[in-house]
Amino acid sequence: MPMNPMRSMLATSEAIAAEHGPLDALKETINHLCAPYYFVPLTTIILMVGLLTYRRWTKPRMALTLLFAFTVFYVGSMLDHAFFLIIKKPDNVPITIMIFSTLFCIWLAFRQAAINDERMTRGLPLIESGADDKVLVWPDLVFTELICLILCTAVLIVWAILLKAPLEPPANPTNIPNPSKAPWYFLGLQELLVYFDPWIAGVLLPGLIIVGLIALPYIDKNPRGNGYYTFSQRPMVITTFMFGFGIMWIVLIVLGTFLRGPNWNLFGPYETWDPHRPAALLNINVAEVFWVVLPEKTGLWKPGVPTQASFGLPVYLIREAPGLFILGGYFFVLPVLLAKSVCKKIYAQIGLIRYAIFWLLMSWMMFVPIKMVLRWLFNLKYFVAITEWFFNI
Amino acid sequence: MSLFNAVGDYVRESQVWGSIFRHGVPKDRRTRAMAILSNVFLHLHPVAVRKSGIRLSFTWCMGGLTFFLFLAETITGVLLMFYYRPVVEYAYADIIALRAHVTLGLLREIHRWGAHAMVIAIWLHMLRVFLTGSYKPPREFNWGVGVVLLTLTLLLSFTGYLLPWDQLAMWAITVGSNMARATPVAGHEGPGAALLQISGVPLIHAGSDARFSLLGGTLVGPNALLRFYVLHCVFIPVVVTVLIAVHFWRIRKDGGISGPL
Repeated sequence: MPMNPMRSMLATSEAIAAEHGPLDALKETINHLCAPYYFVPLTTIILMVGLLTYRRWTKPRMALTLLFAFTVFYVGSMLDHAFFLIIKKPDNVPITIMIFSTLFCIWLAFRQAAINDERMTRGLPLIESGADDKVLVWPDLVFTELICLILCTAVLIVWAILLKAPLEPPANPTNIPNPSKAPWYFLGLQELLVYFDPWIAGVLLPGLIIVGLIALPYIDKNPRGNGYYTFSQRPMVITTFMFGFGIMWIVLIVLGTFLRGPNWNLFGPYETWDPHRPAALLNINVAEVFWVVLPEKTGLWKPGVPTQASFGLPVYLIREAPGLFILGGYFFVLPVLLAKSVCKKIYAQIGLIRYAIFWLLMSWMMFVPIKMVLRWLFNLKYFVAITEWFFNI
Repeated sequence: MSLFNAVGDYVRESQVWGSIFRHGVPKDRRTRAMAILSNVFLHLHPVAVRKSGIRLSFTWCMGGLTFFLFLAETITGVLLMFYYRPVVEYAYADIIALRAHVTLGLLREIHRWGAHAMVIAIWLHMLRVFLTGSYKPPREFNWGVGVVLLTLTLLLSFTGYLLPWDQLAMWAITVGSNMARATPVAGHEGPGAALLQISGVPLIHAGSDARFSLLGGTLVGPNALLRFYVLHCVFIPVVVTVLIAVHFWRIRKDGGISGPL
């Protein structure tokens, strides 16, 4: 993160405004805001504000205005050459579809949640209520299905006529494209490679996502909100899920597609992908902070990374002891403390085993943004770096 | 129109029609129920459903669309198999030929865009099921089946990505499959792999680890192409088909489309 990023950003955009006009200045500002250390927190703030005010922004007129504004922004951005180059790549078209369809679906769900929550406070029945309103599947359901099927076929055929499937030059093991990107739906995971080693970003986290999703119904013991849209009856679970799905999955995909260029460097949406831009990042491990930086600054103990085994422990355990200590505290002590304080109610409700699994999943999910923030603020590379064992966290 | 009706009546009263459709025209309650019950495909449905459950704003039809896209992928996929050989020497040329010579060559386009659409549809289906709390009892198990189906959908799309054998394919799969070598214990650059050794000889090395078994080699080469082809066209679709059957069966057994209890 550059020194005084805010100030330098404002300075550059002012200078550009003076020279090239306000539009370029706006583009420059947006380019800056798309750096992950703004983009991820900003989208998270938007999500949280959205969840807090879901009864307001979901009102049709308000939502339509927001959609209109976003569409104008998105379509307007296409006038920019660099952005258009990325958008028009055939395999990136699904991402545009994903962005709009996800936003629409989130609106649709939270609109109905707002109506239901409003009705429940007034003691009125839910939208979904009415136990004796059974209809016959023929014709009511089969015809809906038929119409969906026909529409879907039509959309698919039109899409196929308008847009050719991409085909690049034949595979060549000696010619490595820069950037090399995974298929778009895995770009969130590839983005995590910036912050984690492959064994975490590519194996452990996807595994935990799958296990976590499967475990969800057994951990969430809240009996309310079963079979209807609501937010007020299960705010914590929905907030957690929306953060995981919306930010840690969808937003990271958008980031990985639109903003990552050659050498996986960051490029604003209106920047040209220049493969020769240097990436100067000096990252630092917790071990170095503890053994070198801290003693040099405070003078409390002699600076120097331990190089000899002692106490019968191999050298890497001594060297990495500070990081192991922090991680041990985070993964094992924190959940116990929380179970006795803030999460007392949850613990009582779900019991020991469920709570242990819940925190295993939760702590890993929160570990991702924590490490991102630490990277942005302090250039932290690893908490624990036992490179001898490929065990870097 | 009377001629039209007359022909219609003639057809519907014929022995052939009557042998296929055992019920009459679905006009009243009884024949409409029979229409569902006596059809092997339609009887995945119950005879009657809650009206609020089938509102489009409730289900978004996303599960149905995912299933439909799976069917579309199967059909176009089988047709593509007529033209495509999973061999390094031919694969790319076959795709070129498909573009250049096959009349109405939309197969690959429909297949590719359908695959992308299926990924999006299944995510949105999950979002809908989550936001309506439909994973809660008694549907916990079916939610788990759905998660596995979601994973398999991504794997289907991933394995298919390699088949055109162009630069996009090769390097996307290289990036993706590189993760496998960092698998804890099972990958040669994963934590714990060094623990598996017999008198100093490592059991897990670049020629024996998880990535090797996925690619059939240390690089994305001919064996990888063949393996991904078989996984993409046979193994994963068969597993998905079985799980879809379980998924649909369980929807009915768990009380149909969810609704307030």
